[in-house]
Amino acid sequence: MAATHAAPPPPSRGRRGEGLKALLWLSPFLVGTSLFFVYPFLATIFFSFHRYDLFTLEYVGLDNWAYVFSDQLVIQSAANTLWLVVFMVPAQLLFALGMAQLLTKVKAGAGILRTIFYLPSLVPLVAGTVAFVFLLNPATGPVNQILGFFGIEGPDWFGSSAWSKPSLTLLGMWGIGNTMMIFLAALLDVPKHLYEAAAIDGASAWRQFRSVTLPMISPVLMFSAITGVIYALQYFTQAMIASRVASGGTDSAGSTFTPGYPDGSLLTLPQHLFHTGFRDWMMGAASVHALLLFAAAMIFTLMLLRQFRKAEES
Amino acid sequence: MTSTLTARPASHRARPVPRSGTRRRRTLYFIATHAIAIALAIMFAAPIVFVALTALMTDEQALTSSLWPQEWNWSNFSEVFSKSHLLQWTANTFVYAATATVFMLLSSVPVAYALARFRFRGRKAAFLLVITMMMLPPQVVAVPVYTLWARFELTGTLWPLILPMLLGDAFSIFLLRQFLVTIPRDYTDAARVDGCTDFSTLIRVILPMARPAIAAVALFTFFYCWNDYYGPLLYTDPGEQSSWTLSLGLATFKAFHSVQWNLTMAATLLVTAPVIIVFFFAQRVFIEGVTLTGVKG
Repeated sequence: MAATHAAPPPPSRGRRGEGLKALLWLSPFLVGTSLFFVYPFLATIFFSFHRYDLFTLEYVGLDNWAYVFSDQLVIQSAANTLWLVVFMVPAQLLFALGMAQLLTKVKAGAGILRTIFYLPSLVPLVAGTVAFVFLLNPATGPVNQILGFFGIEGPDWFGSSAWSKPSLTLLGMWGIGNTMMIFLAALLDVPKHLYEAAAIDGASAWRQFRSVTLPMISPVLMFSAITGVIYALQYFTQAMIASRVASGGTDSAGSTFTPGYPDGSLLTLPQHLFHTGFRDWMMGAASVHALLLFAAAMIFTLMLLRQFRKAEES
Repeated sequence: MTSTLTARPASHRARPVPRSGTRRRRTLYFIATHAIAIALAIMFAAPIVFVALTALMTDEQALTSSLWPQEWNWSNFSEVFSKSHLLQWTANTFVYAATATVFMLLSSVPVAYALARFRFRGRKAAFLLVITMMMLPPQVVAVPVYTLWARFELTGTLWPLILPMLLGDAFSIFLLRQFLVTIPRDYTDAARVDGCTDFSTLIRVILPMARPAIAAVALFTFFYCWNDYYGPLLYTDPGEQSSWTLSLGLATFKAFHSVQWNLTMAATLLVTAPVIIVFFFAQRVFIEGVTLTGVKG
C-alpha cells in the first residue's frame, strides 16, 4: 500500500473524508456487484438444493448434486472444456507469440501484415464460426478441395467427433490477433541493449530468445495464459454455432436439436449449463453446474490476482 | 550487393564489416522470415476471400466444390435482406450496442476515476474486485439473474443486457483505470488548487486527457454488444424473429436456408462489414486500447 503512493503528502481532508467520498463514487459499481454477483451467487447455492423451474420451488436436498455427478453429459462436457484448456489455449498462445516475434523481424510491410493478422479477431464470433464451418465443409468448402490438390484427403472437420475440436482450435488461432498485439507490444518493450550485450557474448538467436526475451515478457505471457484459460472455461458461442450450423439444427421450440454435435464432442460445460437451465428448465441442476464452473474459474482468477498484486508491488 | 538488404544502414557503419558467410546467412534469413510472413498473411486473408467468392455464386454453384464464381451474382446481397429480417436485426443490435455503450460510459468513467485518483483504505481491494468481476464467467450467476429479470417481466427483451451497464462494466473500469493512473497527479493537484471540485476536475481535466482510453472502451463495448451471442440468446424469445439481434439471426440463417451456402456467406459478410469499416477509421484507437489491456498492473 505504502509503496504505490508514498511520496505525496496526505491530502488536507484526511483519509476518512476520502474514504466516504470514494464509497460514494464507487457506489454504482458496488451496487452492481451486490445485485449481479453477491445476491445471485448466494441464490445459486440456494437453488442448487431445490427443484426450480421458474414457477415451482421445492427443497430436494442433495438430489441435484447427485444427479449432476451421475450425468454422463457433465463428464463429457467437462472433458471437452478440459481439452480446450489443455490444447487450444497453448496452441493459441504459442501461435500468437510466434507471429508477434515474426512481426518484429519483418522489415518490409510490417504495418500491412500487422493489420492482416489482427483483423480476423474483429470478425464477429458467429460470423467467423459460420464461415469456418463452410470453409471446412468436406463437400462444398475450399479447404479439403485445396488439400486435394496436394493429394491429401482432408478429414470431415466439424462433422467428425475427432476433428471438431481441432477445427475450433484453427478458428481460435485465426482470431488470436488481440493477444498477438499484446505480445508484440511486450516484445518491442524489451530494451535493445540487452540483445546487443547477449550478441557480444556470442548468444545464438534461440539462446537470446530463451535468456533475454522470455524472462522480460513472462509477466505478459502469464497474464495472457491465465485469462486464456478463464475464457476457455467460458467457451460457448463458437462451439454452439459450429454444432448448429454443421448439424443444420435450430433452437426454435419443438426442435430435436441435440447440443454438442457431432456426438457431444462440442458440448462444453457452459453450453450444458445453458441447455439444462434454459431449455430443459432444470434450474437446480444448472445451479450445480454454475458452482462447479465458478470453482474452476476462481482458481485461475486467484492466480491472476496474485499476478496483479506482484506487479503493483514492483 | 551492398548491405542495405541485410542490415539497417545506421548501425552498419559502427560494426565491423560482416564476413561474406554472415552476409549470405542474413540474406537467407531475410528471405525466410518474409516468405513465412507472406504465407501466413495469405492464410489469414483466405477465409474472407473464399467467403466473398461464395457469396457471389449462384445457388447451384455454391453447392459444388468449385472455388471461383462462374457468374457474379450480386443480387445475393439484396436477397439476404428480402428473405430475412436482417434490417430489423441490425436495428435491434444497434440500439442494444449504442444504448449499452452510453450507459457504460456514464457509469464507468467516474468509478475508474475514483479508483485511480482517490486515496482511501481498501483502494487495492476495490481494484482486485473489479478484476474478479471482469473474469467471472457470466454463466455462473445466470440462473438467479434470469429469475430476477423474469420477475420484472423484462425477459424477452434486450433490457436485461442494457440496464446493468448503468451500474458500471468491470472490463471498462479496469481499462480506464489502467490509463488514468498514468496521468501525473500534478494535473489534478493543480486543478484542486484552482478550486475545482472532484467532479469539475473529472470533466475539465481528466476527460480531455483520457480521450483515447474513453474512445477505446466505447468501441470495445459497442463491438462486444454487436458480437454478443450468449446474452441475446438467453433473453430474447427464440420464437420471435423480429426481436433477435444480428448474431442470433446469422446463427440460424443456415438452418432456414440450408441449401443456400451463397446466401449464408453473403449474410456473414454483411454482418462482418460494419466492424471492419469502423476498424479502418479508428485503427489507432484499437491498437492503443488493445495494448492497454495487456499491461501488467
